[in-house]
Amino acid sequence: MDNYKPQKELFVPVERNEGESEKISRPSLSFWQDSFIRFRKNIGAMLGVFVLIVLIVMAIFGPMFNEYGENDQDLSVAKMPPKIEGLGWIGMDGTLTTVQTADTLEDAERKALMRFSNQEEFIDMTVLSNGANGEAEVRAVYDPYAAKGLEENFWFGTDGLGRDLWTRTWLGTRISLFIAFLAAAIDLVIGVAYGGISAYYGGRVDNYMQRIIEILVGIPNLVVVILMILILDPGILSIVIALTITGWISMARIVRGQILKLKNQEFVLASRTLGAPDNRILRRHLVPNVLGLIIINTMFTIPSAIFFEAFLSFIGLGLPTPTASLGTLIDDGFSSIQIYPHILLFPAIVISLIMIAFNIVADGLRDAFDPKMRE
Amino acid sequence: MSKEKLVEIRNLKQHFKTGRHSVVKAVDGLNFDIYKGETFGLVGESGCGKSTTGRTIIRLYDATDGEVLFNGENVHGKKDREQLKKFNREMQMIFQDPYASLNPRMKVEDIIAEGMDIHGLAKDEKERKAKVQELLETVGLNKEHANRYPHEFSGGQRQRIGIARALAVDPSFIIADEPISALDVSIQAQVVNLLKKLQEENQLTYLFIAHDLSMVKYISDRIGVMYFGKMVELADADDLYKHPIHPYTQSLLSSIPLPDPDYERSRERFTYDPSNHDTSEEPEFREVRPGHWVLCTTKEFEHYKKEHGAVTTS
Repeated sequence: MDNYKPQKELFVPVERNEGESEKISRPSLSFWQDSFIRFRKNIGAMLGVFVLIVLIVMAIFGPMFNEYGENDQDLSVAKMPPKIEGLGWIGMDGTLTTVQTADTLEDAERKALMRFSNQEEFIDMTVLSNGANGEAEVRAVYDPYAAKGLEENFWFGTDGLGRDLWTRTWLGTRISLFIAFLAAAIDLVIGVAYGGISAYYGGRVDNYMQRIIEILVGIPNLVVVILMILILDPGILSIVIALTITGWISMARIVRGQILKLKNQEFVLASRTLGAPDNRILRRHLVPNVLGLIIINTMFTIPSAIFFEAFLSFIGLGLPTPTASLGTLIDDGFSSIQIYPHILLFPAIVISLIMIAFNIVADGLRDAFDPKMRE
Repeated sequence: MSKEKLVEIRNLKQHFKTGRHSVVKAVDGLNFDIYKGETFGLVGESGCGKSTTGRTIIRLYDATDGEVLFNGENVHGKKDREQLKKFNREMQMIFQDPYASLNPRMKVEDIIAEGMDIHGLAKDEKERKAKVQELLETVGLNKEHANRYPHEFSGGQRQRIGIARALAVDPSFIIADEPISALDVSIQAQVVNLLKKLQEENQLTYLFIAHDLSMVKYISDRIGVMYFGKMVELADADDLYKHPIHPYTQSLLSSIPLPDPDYERSRERFTYDPSNHDTSEEPEFREVRPGHWVLCTTKEFEHYKKEHGAVTTS
């Protein structure tokens, strides 16, 4: 091996032409296509999208599934438990259950009967402990649908005034989503315009605009909202105004930061040396580069708006009765949470699903738009 | 070479306010001319105001004082839309960082055609496309690249896209702001040779800003050396390299490493000490030898003249 020298003839120069080395074999993908591919791979986010689609479809079409109106009161069927045919095994069998304890068996049974207005023939009583050791315990299962001779079912039950909760839950979802989308859209328009102008024109304009923002941030949000609600008549519009009066600030700050960063990038300077007018630079160069962040921020704004609306309704500043929103429904259900938990349960589940789904989707979008930002 | 002046820079100043009382004098009283068809190299250490000079000339910054004459017309000052548009077509810029100089959300076709769109140079979609493809081929790229996005290209390719964008409006003067400093050495030659080729084909005039001295010598006809916002020496490229007069230029040239171990072993580096200068009066820009200008005081001028003036220009 030591003195082995490969012969010169063995070496042949590789044929290499200029065109070949400049070729790109990867398919051409725009930023949005690339992001979409990344987003589709994110199982959690796709699940979130699915949940959101289902909820939105239900919010639109759910109330049409049965004949009950939003405000159809019928006190004779007040506080009916949820009943869906075939779903009895998860507890939606239209019965109410109570467990009563007393010193003696008779006392316990009497208490159970009193709980369900003494309609003995519709109560199924099970003795859990017969009182031999000084404490008796019975479980009573009551079937109000049979007791009232009802043919139709209330899928989510009824509230204290006998209104169908299925209808009201989806109508409430609709209104909550409407408020959230409207608030997010207004935040977006004001925030992007304000932040964009502040950053792009810079200097003194920026200075004054930022001071105004600081003053607005300095006032506690809840105080502003309460004052707004006091001045305006309670309703969807006043809640939206209350939400947006300070809500656009975070959007404005994000957009301002991004545009400050972008406006001195060389591609913007290049556009200026080509003689591009301001609106072209904003439209073609700045906005497309901030759009990803704007979308992400809007997606985070929507659930917080829903939550804030629910919170306002819950503390009694929200929509006036009888309008249903997720917040007012939860407020209603909360008053009888121990005896009739179903009134609270369904709107609570829906609002939780909306919040979780929006947050997961927004998270997924952030990862898709900017894979470097992850961790 | 015709000695027709294309750009004249007269006492150009660019000061930036950094605080209430502090001012950074990035460019402080520059005077030089750029002749038609030549390449004027501008060198100097980082932060000496080279890029600021370039950007001020093309109006990205408003000059604090002084004027830039382009074809005898002042670039700065109030102008109406039409004048500005005309000026924007005549003067273009190639940027330093190929990764920042292309909008990541735009297709190569739209990036290159941006100038055409602004100035209405293409009548319809077809002509626009044809022009873009022609430009792509001029800079040595495939015409299929028109539909791709900047992130799919290498640094050298991106820089060539940037060149194509500048060429799209048919300029006569191009400011190249360190166009090769962000590239590999092998790619640097590619880009510089492309710039040279384009210069011959389109009769372009360049202001070539760089800190790579060997590359500047290769491409430039005349070179100006900047130090702290001032031009300290200006001469023909060969003359400057062979007979540097100003101590700063000497120091700068002595710092060029060569891939030659024998030379490197004996290479002596001069350090430049600004305090060695004669401070009896404000230094002025004086012609020590024909075509060779140096920033100096009267005393230094006499000294330089004795020492260097006699040497025959090669």
